[in-house]
Amino acid sequence: MTLIRISDDALARACGADALAAAFEKKGCEVHRVSSWGMQWLEPLVEIDGKGFGPATPADVDAILDGSSDLAIGMIEDHPFIASQQRLTFARAGKTRPTSLEDYEATGGWSGLKRARNIGPERIIEEVLHSGLRGRGGAGFPAGIKWRTVAGAAGPQKYIVANADEGDSATFADRMVMEGDPYALIEGMAIAGEAVGADQGYVYLRSEYPDAIAKMNRALALCADIIAPFKCEVRVGAGAYVCGEETSLLNSLEGKRGEVRAKPPLPALEGLFGKPTVVNNILTLAAVPHILGEGGANDYESLGMGRSKGTMPIQLAGNIKHGGLYETAFGITLGELVNDIGGGTQSGRPVKAVQVGGPLGAYLHPDQFDIKFDYEEYTASEALIGHGGITVFDDTADMGGMARFAMEFCAAESCGKCTPCRIGSVRGVEIIDRMRAGRQRDTLEQQPQMHNTPKQDRSAEDEITLLADLCDVMKSSSLCALGGFTPYPVLSAMRHWPEDFSDNPQAVETALERVGQ
Amino acid sequence: MNKTQRLGEIIAEHQTREGPLMPILHDVQAEFGCVDADSEIYIAEALNLSRADVHGVVSFYHDFHQTADPRPEVQICRAESCKARGVEALMEDAQAAAGERVRLSTVYCLGLCSVGPNARIGDDLHARLDADRLKKLIETA
Repeated sequence: MTLIRISDDALARACGADALAAAFEKKGCEVHRVSSWGMQWLEPLVEIDGKGFGPATPADVDAILDGSSDLAIGMIEDHPFIASQQRLTFARAGKTRPTSLEDYEATGGWSGLKRARNIGPERIIEEVLHSGLRGRGGAGFPAGIKWRTVAGAAGPQKYIVANADEGDSATFADRMVMEGDPYALIEGMAIAGEAVGADQGYVYLRSEYPDAIAKMNRALALCADIIAPFKCEVRVGAGAYVCGEETSLLNSLEGKRGEVRAKPPLPALEGLFGKPTVVNNILTLAAVPHILGEGGANDYESLGMGRSKGTMPIQLAGNIKHGGLYETAFGITLGELVNDIGGGTQSGRPVKAVQVGGPLGAYLHPDQFDIKFDYEEYTASEALIGHGGITVFDDTADMGGMARFAMEFCAAESCGKCTPCRIGSVRGVEIIDRMRAGRQRDTLEQQPQMHNTPKQDRSAEDEITLLADLCDVMKSSSLCALGGFTPYPVLSAMRHWPEDFSDNPQAVETALERVGQ
Repeated sequence: MNKTQRLGEIIAEHQTREGPLMPILHDVQAEFGCVDADSEIYIAEALNLSRADVHGVVSFYHDFHQTADPRPEVQICRAESCKARGVEALMEDAQAAAGERVRLSTVYCLGLCSVGPNARIGDDLHARLDADRLKKLIETA
């Protein structure tokens, strides 16, 4: 009987993988539902004896089976998109059945946890420190230092919290881990528990990921005995983007409004229910089993550049020809990612802008394509890596509109605790609307009772100065990254595409210079 | 079973967990299509919270609604990646197809960012939508 492998990842299913699998079963084939290889433009991808066919529909089944299909891409492992990657976190992608314990063990699963239990907390933390692993949620804080702080904190009850509130557009690596290799995450959490002395873990998973919720629940039920005495459960978010911020996430887990907490106290010392808590991103935790394997920390440390060690699962999305998951060592340039690997835009038009790091990340211009994927290099360019998501836009994109959306998104998702974010984002939308409509004052401002509003009309330059100044305030005085980073997409869009904001691009440039942005 | 009994069951199921409020609210939302004022009072009493505390949580999260809307819901992603792939151009027709019968709502990211525009109906996800496919989805929702 022919063995067919088709992904049961949410993306493959949304593209019709279930109907395709049923069609192969109807032909008498045995179908294994595996994780996704991450070549998303080819989903649903059919694999027979290592050879791939995609994107396939039930109408292609006969041709694929008799070898006459023109969807053939040859051996999947040899495909340039796969062959050029360095997959550590995603080593199992495409190869195993996600919730099969048998498959997980056969591919080296649980060996990191076993070794961790043998070497003990101190050496675990030492190895994580040595590997150079930094938090993959965006801030890039060294995981080992966080773990050491929690390990050193006093108290009988500590927690491991996996942050699976992956709300950034263009990011789906957490989803792919949870849907494709859930045990890797669970193993990473159990190792973290071993290191810091925590016996309870929570996976805070956003409600927009129904497939991941189901898979994680199934996986946790199946492996409960293996990870014991460590216990872990899934908690589902409720549609609040800001709950991806760690302190807001902790409030949500406690059953409160997802408002950001002031730091200090650090969650490592006073986190969930006031107890010492490790809050790590899914990709951080899923990288841990490899690092704790024999020689894993050295391997990991040898990859990457500067202080960005190891590999980063980069997510190629938006208007891109070859979108998907590309895991590689730090140091790759943006141009290589977008043009060579991603194949340029899906629409075939020239690339206009690339947003790296989700809704809070800067828009980069094709002139900046030689920037290397590295935390420090991005920071130096007023940009951020964030969670490694890349959205490509073609030349039809309206960057003024995207800047407005950044402010609108911040207004919709602000937790409301701090003023720069709550009010600033609303004012940001208003200013951009005025600029683009060529309006000099809002009707509200002209009311007689508005004593403090300016009595004379604003020039275009005044508006731009106001916006740049507002961005500066939000950047420097917001409580968390939502308000603090929303100015990045706005300012970068103004800097690179002033013509999308005003009929007088020169005025935009002058105003930006004046406020030092 | 009346509503109070069912509420009592849901609360009893989660009450002993750490941080029981969110799981309770999810179940109540799923069961009744909303978390209304009566439910808030009942939950607050059972968890020894003030009603303001519970209402504060219900009103904070996009997933919880204070009144039920019996119409079928189609969630459309309008975040950056789906915008880059042209979702905004589909919205006018989508609104027209939905009319008053279907509730169109905006979601920020379903995690299918390389194959947008995307939509979600219940727990089913739909990718690679164009005007026709989206219209069909809305009409059959």
